[in-house]
Formats: sequence, C-alpha cells, structure tokens
Amino acid sequence: MAKLLRLSVSPHIHSGRSTAGIMRDVIIALMPAVIAGTIIFGLRALLVVAVCVASCVLLEAVFNIITKKEQTVGDFSAALTGLLLALNLPAGIPIWQCVVGSAFAIIIVKCLFGGIGCNLVNPAITARVFMLVAFGSMATQSYPTIVDTVAGATPLESIAAGNTPAITDLLLGLKGGAIGETCALALLAGLVYLLVRRVISWHIPVSFVGTVYVLSLIMEGFDFMRALALILSGGLFIGAFFMATDYVTSPTTPAGKIVFGVGAGLLTFLIRYFGTYPEGVSFAILFMNILTPYIDSFTAHKVFGGKKS
Amino acid sequence: MSFFLKGVHLPHRKNTADKPAVRMTVPKAVTIPMSMHIGAPANLLVKAGDLVNVGTLIGEGSGAVSSNVYSSVSGKVTKIEEIMLSNGAKCKAAVIESDGKMTRDETLCPPAVSSAADMVDAIRKSGVVGLGGAGFPTYVKFGADPARVEELIINGAECEPYITSDTYTMTARVPDMEYALAKIKEYFGFKKIIIGIEENKKKAISAMKELASNIDGAEVKVLPSVYPQGGEKVIIYHTTKKVVPEGKLPIDVGCIVVNCTTIAAIGEYLRDGTPLVEKCITVDGGAVKTPMNVIAPIGASIADVIEFCGGFSEEPAKVLYGGPMMGIAVADINVPVLKNTNAVLALTEKEAKLPKTTACIRCGSCTNTCPFGLAAAEILLAYDKKDTEKLKKLSVMSCMECGCCSFVCPANRPLVQTNKLAKALLREEQAKEASKNG
Repeated sequence: MAKLLRLSVSPHIHSGRSTAGIMRDVIIALMPAVIAGTIIFGLRALLVVAVCVASCVLLEAVFNIITKKEQTVGDFSAALTGLLLALNLPAGIPIWQCVVGSAFAIIIVKCLFGGIGCNLVNPAITARVFMLVAFGSMATQSYPTIVDTVAGATPLESIAAGNTPAITDLLLGLKGGAIGETCALALLAGLVYLLVRRVISWHIPVSFVGTVYVLSLIMEGFDFMRALALILSGGLFIGAFFMATDYVTSPTTPAGKIVFGVGAGLLTFLIRYFGTYPEGVSFAILFMNILTPYIDSFTAHKVFGGKKS
Repeated sequence: MSFFLKGVHLPHRKNTADKPAVRMTVPKAVTIPMSMHIGAPANLLVKAGDLVNVGTLIGEGSGAVSSNVYSSVSGKVTKIEEIMLSNGAKCKAAVIESDGKMTRDETLCPPAVSSAADMVDAIRKSGVVGLGGAGFPTYVKFGADPARVEELIINGAECEPYITSDTYTMTARVPDMEYALAKIKEYFGFKKIIIGIEENKKKAISAMKELASNIDGAEVKVLPSVYPQGGEKVIIYHTTKKVVPEGKLPIDVGCIVVNCTTIAAIGEYLRDGTPLVEKCITVDGGAVKTPMNVIAPIGASIADVIEFCGGFSEEPAKVLYGGPMMGIAVADINVPVLKNTNAVLALTEKEAKLPKTTACIRCGSCTNTCPFGLAAAEILLAYDKKDTEKLKKLSVMSCMECGCCSFVCPANRPLVQTNKLAKALLREEQAKEASKNG
C-alpha cells in the first residue's frame, strides 16, 4: 500500500497570525516612545529599558527551565512586559529596583498563574503599582535633560496647582514623568500602527481617553485646553493604548471593551481628582483587570438566532 | 445585529475559474458507494456479474431520507465491496468495470410531471442530493411543506477558496438551471427565487441575471466575498434578512436553500431523464500539475482524476474532498468521487503546514470573527471539563463548523475541531436521555 497521506480535521489553512507576531507588533508600536524617551531623558533611559527587557526574558526562561515547562520566551510576551514596565519607570530609577520589578511582573504575576494567557492582571501594570507602593519610585520623577525645566512638578501637579502647561510641550514630551509616558506624539504614532495592523480595536483607547476628557472637561468648567492638557499628561496615553488593551486582561467583545474603557476612565478621573495619588491610570487599569471576567460574562455576543436573554 | 454577519477574507485562489471544464477519459473501473448522502444508505440492487449502462439504477433509496444511486458507466459489476467512508462509517459499494462505451440506459426518459407531488417524486428519482457539499437529499427539502416556502434561495456563493465548479454551473449550465427553475416556479409557485452569488464571480452574475430576467419573481443578489457566505443561515440572512432561530430549519422562516449545481442536475433530469451520474469537480492545489475543472463519472477514483490532470507535480502532503476550510482529508487517493464532491485539492507540504498550537491569549478573535458570535475559546474550556450545561448555554449546537475561529486564532487552537466534539457530546447525551425516558 502506498504511503498514507496526512489526516486532520478542517480547516486546512491558517491566517498566519501568531502570538509572536502580535507581540512583535506591539513592541514595534512602542519604538517611537523608546526613542523619544531616550532623547528626552538621556541614555540612562535606554539602560532602564535594556535591564527590564533582559530581566523579564531571562527570568521567564529560567522559570520555564526550572519548572520543566515548554519554553515560551520566543513569543516575545516577556520582552513586551519588560519594555512596558521600563517605559513606566523614571529614567533615574536604581537598576536593582528594575530587576526586582521585573521579577515581580514575570514570576509572581505571570508565571505563577500559569504563564501567558493565564495571568489575571497585567504584569507590567501590577509591577508598576507594586514598585510605587514599595519603593515610592514614582515620587522620584525624572525630568528632561534636553531642556531646562523647573524641577519639582510634573504636569499633573502643575495643573493641580492651577497652571496649564503648554500643549506643545505635552505633545513632544518635554516634561517630567516616566520614560515612555511623556511624549504624546510618539504614543499616538504607536496607536495608529496598532490600529492599522488590527492588533487592537479603537474601543478601549477611545472610551478610556474619551471618558477622562469628558469628566475633566466638566470639572474644569469646560476649559477645553485644560481638559486637553489633562489627557496629554501622566500615564493616560501609554496606559490606554498599550496596557489597557492587553488581550489577556481585558474583555474580548467590543461591548466589553467599551465598558472596560469607560470604567478605567472613570476610576482614573476619580483618583486624579479625589485620591491621594496624583495619577490613577495604573490603579484604574489594575482594578478593571480584576473586573474583566465579570464584564466578559455580561457582554458576550448575542448568538445569531439565539434566544433573547 | 450588524447588517452583515462577520466572517473572514480568505485568499480566493480561483485558478480554474476561466478554464473550460474537461470531461475525463472513461476510467477502467468505478466504485459507487450506496451512501453518498445524509440519511439511510440505498439498497443495493445489483450483484457481481450484472451488466449495467449509464443511468441504470443500482441502489434504491430506502426510507424517508435517502437517495437513489445510478451507474455512471456502462459495463459489468465485478464485485460488491464494503468500503470505509471518510467519516469512518462503512457502506456497500458496487465496483463496475467499464466497457469504455458509456452506453446510455435505454429506459431513461424525462419524467412525466403534472403536479407538485410529481415534481418531488421526480427530484427523488433523479438521485440528486445537496451538491454544494452537504449531500442532503434534495427532494426532502422540496417535499417538506412547499406551501410554507416564501423564498427559494439558490446558493451560488461558492465561498471556499479554489473551488469553481459552481461557477462552471452558473456559466455553462444555464439552460439546465433555467429549465429546472421554470418547472419549480410552475408547480411549486414559490413567490420569490433569489440567486445569491459572491461578487468575485462576475461572469456567473451576468449569466444568472439574464436567467433571472426570464423567470417571474427571480432575482440575483450579489453578496460580498466574505467566507462563509454560502453557509445556509448566512445566505438566508444576507438575501432575505430573515434569522433562522437556533435549532430551527430554514423552512421555519419560509425559506429553502438549494445549491446551484443541484438545480442544474434537477433540470437535466427533468429535461432528458439523465439522473445524477457525473460531477464537475475542481482539481487544484499546489501539488496538482494542471489544475482544472474535470467532469468525472461518480465513483471514479480520485487517483484517476488527478492522473487525468497530469498527476502530481510534487508529492502531496494532504489531499482533500472539498475546500480548504471545510474539506475532508483522505488518507489514500484510491477513494471515489462522490455525488457531493465539488473539489479535490492536493496540497503541498508548504500549503498544508499549520502553525503550532500555543496558549490562548484571550484576543477574542474567535468570537469576534464567528458569523454567529459563538465564543469558541470558552466552548473549548467547557468541553475540556465536559460541562454540558455550559456547552448548551454557549449555544454550541448553532455552530456550522465553518472554521473561521480556527483560521484566525493566533495560537492555532483546535477551536472548530472542539466545537464538533462538543456537538457530538451533546447529541450523545441527548440520545442517552431519550433512551432513559423512552
């Protein structure tokens, strides 16, 4: 008898999309922010990025080896976690803190829960919150090295003090903050890339930023420029475009994504105006991560022809 | 509810669309199974040594849902075999050695039709089943309750990549289709006949528009080339905006859907009495030397059909009955062309290569791509736990097995594959309960 042919259940072709391809696209989308951060904060920023990425990849690899699991660092998700974490840290952060933060993100938040796809909360966000609480890292903001700015106030702090920072400074990122969060233009370029490549949909970024804008507008007595300055400040763009859109920890359907975005926007607004921290994006995303399974359960698609529930 | 149901844009690969169909040389032998349709197998009427002609009845439909089987060549029955079908079931098959003459059975003549009941009977006798691939006996659809039918939908979507055999029907067999539709209109009196065609088949669209202009109440609906446009509930929604409820049939919303080649086959039988004995099939895929549409006698082996197309250009990794999205892989090419075979694809190693399965990253592509909005990733989790209550809640029985979820999954998880298992599990459970209660 002739050699038997391969059997498998249909479909026999595949779109070619892969987890590694998606992660790579997000990493590419963050490159403008990395470049902008390096220009604004100096080479120290690049060092922080390198340490976080290397720590995350190495730690995941070692974890997989020790626990005899299949190696997963080839899917680039650990690298992406390291990159996102670094972009959320100030350039002047001590290197050992970068390593501890990376370990927290990869080992505790991701690997111990079962690795990619199984984590309940976003590793980079959770590590950032952990570091904020443990080290007070965010209190030691870095300030641009390329221009002389008055040290001592981030844009959110200066807005709270009644000033309105120049919109062009906010767009270019010439302000205090974390490495990757200050340059709004770089983040917008990344967003466009992700939308064009259909890695993410518009639902979370638009509903998240839109909610913060509308609520800020009301609080600021319909001062459009101040509301604009508020959405361009802090970690809103990097959070709404790159962290809140993490597949694993956000809802799957368009309706669920909008609920998630509005919820995160509302919490960000509440923390910014009424909380003790000047910025609330990380807390808001973390909180919505926890609610995601519940949001998913009531925003599932109605099945075509299904009974109305 | 969106205006159009979701789905995926597939590469069309309609390489054979503009080539004429070629009738293959008469094979030395054919193997004709008694089960090429959904329902009970036909009762075998011949034994080894019997002489048959083209169109001689060799298997008679048995029971309410079944179909007649006719010889596709003239010659001698050499043996009766038990063969395994691609779904694993076994059935009897007549092996007929051809005398090469293709002598037509002289008893064949057009059926006398003077009522709707006669039409249903004629369609039953024609041996025609759903030729789009499903193989459901067509007379059952027409006979169920013709008075309830508001729209007859002719499915010319042909949404699978590669396949152009329906395109051939809609361009080269227009007279057969027109004859059938005129008779259907005359005896069943359906108010509307809608021919649904994907926009990538320009010639078929213009040919069908001309046909529609000759039949009262007929129209052509041009549909976007989005897979699975030809799914029954999908084409009903896109041509009539009617939603077939879960667990219901098209007739429950006043529709019946019939494939265009099925209509042509009915027309041929009504016009000159030729039952379904041959099939136009698209032979394509990277491993086939000369891809083309071949008109093959039913029962001809796939090996002979591929040989007729110049053989293999390289060793195939996979050979399929049907398209790459829903086709069935065969282990061996010595299997027959069936009534519902519309394509034979021989894929190269490169074409057949699928990515490795990795962990679900909850991207939501499966549920956001599913035309029916099913949550395939969740169905997979529920199936792993054999949680039948959850599976019912997730409406897995609605799955038409189009495969969009698996196609788009970046982790290449076995989604539609698990849906099929989950459906089987629920059917099993239902059968158990029925036997307990009965």
